[in-house]
Amino acid sequence: MAIVNLHNVTYKYPLTETPALQNVNLRVKEGEFVAIIGRNGAGKSTLCYTLAGFVPHFFKGELTGSVEVAGMDASKSHLHEWVLNVGLVFQNPFNQISGAKYTVFEEIAFGLENIGVPRDEMKVRVEEAMRLTGISDLADRSPYSLSGGQQQRVALTSILVMQPKVLVLDEPTSQLDPIGAREVFGVIRTMAEQGMTVVLAEHKVEWIARFADRVVALHEGKIILDGTPREVLTSDLLLDKGFGISRYTSAARKARELGLWRQEQLPVTLEEAAEGFALTPNASPKRRCESK
Amino acid sequence: MRIEIKDLHFTYPSGVQALRGISLTIESGEQVAIIGQNGAGKTTLARHLNGLLQPTSGEVRIGYWDTRRYSTAKLAARVGYVFQNPDEQLFSRDVHMEVAFGPKNLGYPKERVEALVSEALEMTDLLQKRETNPYDLSPTWRKMVAIASVIAMDTPIVIFDEPTTGQDAATIERIANVIRVLRERGKTILTITHDMDFCAENFERVIVMSQGQVLLDGKANDVLGQEEILATTYVEPPQLTRLGKRLGFKETVRNEEEFLTALQKRWRI
Ligand SMILES: Nc1ncnc2c1ncn2[C@@H]1O[C@H](COP(=O)(O)OP(=O)(O)OP(=O)(O)O)[C@@H](O)[C@H]1O
Ligand SMILES: Nc1ncnc2c1ncn2[C@@H]1O[C@H](COP(=O)(O)OP(=O)(O)O)[C@@H](O)[C@H]1O
Ligand SMILES: [Mg+2]
Ligand SMILES: [Mg+2]
Repeated sequence: MAIVNLHNVTYKYPLTETPALQNVNLRVKEGEFVAIIGRNGAGKSTLCYTLAGFVPHFFKGELTGSVEVAGMDASKSHLHEWVLNVGLVFQNPFNQISGAKYTVFEEIAFGLENIGVPRDEMKVRVEEAMRLTGISDLADRSPYSLSGGQQQRVALTSILVMQPKVLVLDEPTSQLDPIGAREVFGVIRTMAEQGMTVVLAEHKVEWIARFADRVVALHEGKIILDGTPREVLTSDLLLDKGFGISRYTSAARKARELGLWRQEQLPVTLEEAAEGFALTPNASPKRRCESK
Repeated sequence: MRIEIKDLHFTYPSGVQALRGISLTIESGEQVAIIGQNGAGKTTLARHLNGLLQPTSGEVRIGYWDTRRYSTAKLAARVGYVFQNPDEQLFSRDVHMEVAFGPKNLGYPKERVEALVSEALEMTDLLQKRETNPYDLSPTWRKMVAIASVIAMDTPIVIFDEPTTGQDAATIERIANVIRVLRERGKTILTITHDMDFCAENFERVIVMSQGQVLLDGKANDVLGQEEILATTYVEPPQLTRLGKRLGFKETVRNEEEFLTALQKRWRI
């Protein structure tokens, strides 16, 4: 059963002429981990806002088609209902801090407090979430005096702790250190395996390839590809449209021209690249010797 | 212009010890990347170079000026700083005004201001957006406005704090190009980044920070090859460096060209 169902969705922000989303059709199954890729301005954030109810309830504008998420319908449900089921981590972590709290712990507990979760349970959930994102040692710090990456971790944690049915993440690792980014992908993967539905907009194709179930490529407001990470991330269309691809894929493309990549498939992960590049190439010295 | 940092310590009023003894020299015209885990002190260090923060102890010299003896206004003529969060930097009503503010403020003649602004807008692809309010732009475009307003100041030292954050591949290439142009002009450049591929492909010297100290400092290939040490500050080598290691290449490779050369060498073709 699809927990997210967008049918022919077209959306225009107020006072703009071109729609930010055009005829978007997207179904996501419960527990699926879908990554959205696209260039700047492709519509990734707009799609995230649509899934989280901010479009059209906060941004207004003109929405046609149907949006159903976790049993709610955009044309009927209100934003306050929406936020109980769908968690959104904003692209800009600097805007997500509530402004109401003195410590990082309280900041993360804020949402749970609002929905009346008992104190004991709240403490357990907040501590567990902080452990997952590696910020336990920041619990007593002020949420305003943090480094960029620490702020982004706080923003992410304050949504994870709510355990929403659908988790929407708009570039949640953009400020994170390299290993931190990989670990956050791992945490999200685990949540999806436990049944949470995840939609994530990101540029980090190496980790998308390794952790996501499915990749959707957005271009100028339209979905141009939708498939497994391998299908989408090795597609020629991505190259034509100027998407970023992993260094593994692009090195293999070049190597293929030089006769140094033999496999039919191009690699998307480090493992696949290591395997493929270790194979003796067509023009191997051995074969050349034999033919002499 | 040369940067010299001697045994720099800094503790925030809240008691956080963000820098614990940093000593570094960056020569005039050098381009350096600074990497390291979240909270390592990279931004805190950058803020010392233009006097936004003053050392708790130790000293920072910008071309022989001790930052304690010069105002931020004076230092602004020597050091341009692109903030990690553009929202802390931008305040004007439109992009053109924003980008013109810095050079005007430095007292450059009108013609020079206009020339610098046009060039900065062109390099950052902002010409079409010169009349837009920066707050109507997406965060990625706001970062480009922040970059344009700093390069328009034409300072001998330029610091970029995570310039490629959230940018797509084409924009990252554009930013790399800005850095190349500044290099050709002999600028001293410091770039803080978590993007290891960008770091490897654009910088010859890499400084690694961890918990307020310098963990490694050296040639990009030497530094980026040290997987275990980097891991202690939550950094992973670039993609092709890791792949080269997996394939057992003896030398550390850090970009596609080096990788393909090593691959060809391996099969002796
Ligand atoms: N205004 C502030 N007041 C108090 N502590 C601060 C302040 N800004 C930063 N810190 C702390 O100082 C340390 C260094 O922070 P800094 O911003 O320099 O890190 P960074 O290396 O730039 O990290 P990131 O990669 O996340 O941007 C961190 O522990 C951070 O929480
Ligand atoms: N609040 C807004 N008002 C008007 N137009 C917007 C707004 N937010 C985004 N847009 C426009 O919608 C399109 C898609 O933007 P966005 O969803 O932010 O893309 P992405 O997240 O992929 O960079 C762009 O043309 C952008 O300028
Ligand atoms: Mg976006
Ligand atoms: Mg920083």
